[in-house]
Amino acid sequence: MNQQNLPLFEIFIRSKRGLDHRHVGSLHAENSEQALDYARDVYLRRSEGVSIWVVRSSDITASQESDVESFLDPMDDKPYRHATHYKLPKEVDNM
Amino acid sequence: MASLNKALLNYCIALGDDSLTLGHRLSEWCRNGPFLEEDLALTNVSLDFIGRARLFYTYAAEVEDQGRSEDDLAYLRDCRDYRNFLINELPNGDFAFTMARQLMVDTFDMGFFEGLTRSSDTTLAAIAAKAIKESRYHLRRSQDWIICLGDGTDESHERTQKAINDLWAYTAEMFEMSGEEQQLVDAGVAVDRATLKTDWTTSMQGILKQATLDIPTSDWAIGGGREGQHTEHLGFLLAELQFLQRTYPGQQW
Repeated sequence: MNQQNLPLFEIFIRSKRGLDHRHVGSLHAENSEQALDYARDVYLRRSEGVSIWVVRSSDITASQESDVESFLDPMDDKPYRHATHYKLPKEVDNM
Repeated sequence: MASLNKALLNYCIALGDDSLTLGHRLSEWCRNGPFLEEDLALTNVSLDFIGRARLFYTYAAEVEDQGRSEDDLAYLRDCRDYRNFLINELPNGDFAFTMARQLMVDTFDMGFFEGLTRSSDTTLAAIAAKAIKESRYHLRRSQDWIICLGDGTDESHERTQKAINDLWAYTAEMFEMSGEEQQLVDAGVAVDRATLKTDWTTSMQGILKQATLDIPTSDWAIGGGREGQHTEHLGFLLAELQFLQRTYPGQQW
């Protein structure tokens, strides 16, 4: 089978209950069910997780590197948006 | 009682042999898989079977109580002492052949280990409980692949049909009981494999139909594995599997 013809899938694993799914890598598969099976064999060989998400890489819409200037930079000069400007009461350990 | 103990020993060895020979065959796909992901999946299944073999051999060694270890049983017995079904020792052939064999064995294992979880022997029941979880996943894989290949291109259909036809004669052996094994069934230890045939055939019919494949009608059958009569392929398999221990006895790493 020619791997070039197989669609690419992005794999997300939840390592334990209460944590978010994290992107761990990608793999080729015929369809999403097979991608789940392969994700189990490729990424969960040592019980690294409790749940898997797979999503076709082509279904992801991503921001463009070339757009950084207009798309992401403008946020940098608005420090008042950062929560670090608030004084937190001592009782709140982690924010 | 002594004869029952001997029967249990032979039973564990035969089950270990089934797992080891098939596990070894699957391991031969390592770095030869059709693509990386499937290569990893095949060898993962291989490790499940080798793990099963270890459990059965370890228990066999305990039942025998003659100082032999799991390694002695795996590495220091010759062809005629091996008791696996012939289907497990056949060379891998092409990918369709490997998956067709998996489908047949995985479907059998589902019924067999389900029965063995009810064994009065708690060790065998515990091994079966572990094995059936693995088999459920193995079957999902082999079933999906056979449907994908059978209902795929002309070439994949043709190859898969040929594999099913070539393997069919080797499946009868999985449902043939020996007198010694029947003793263990009567004692509540073993599974009566003859009773598994109807369900197995129904499952196979369902999957093959979905895969647009024909179920073979020939009832020509070949067996002898449980009596130590093997195909010419087992010797070559064992030569590779046992080479190191035979050449450097007791070697460890």
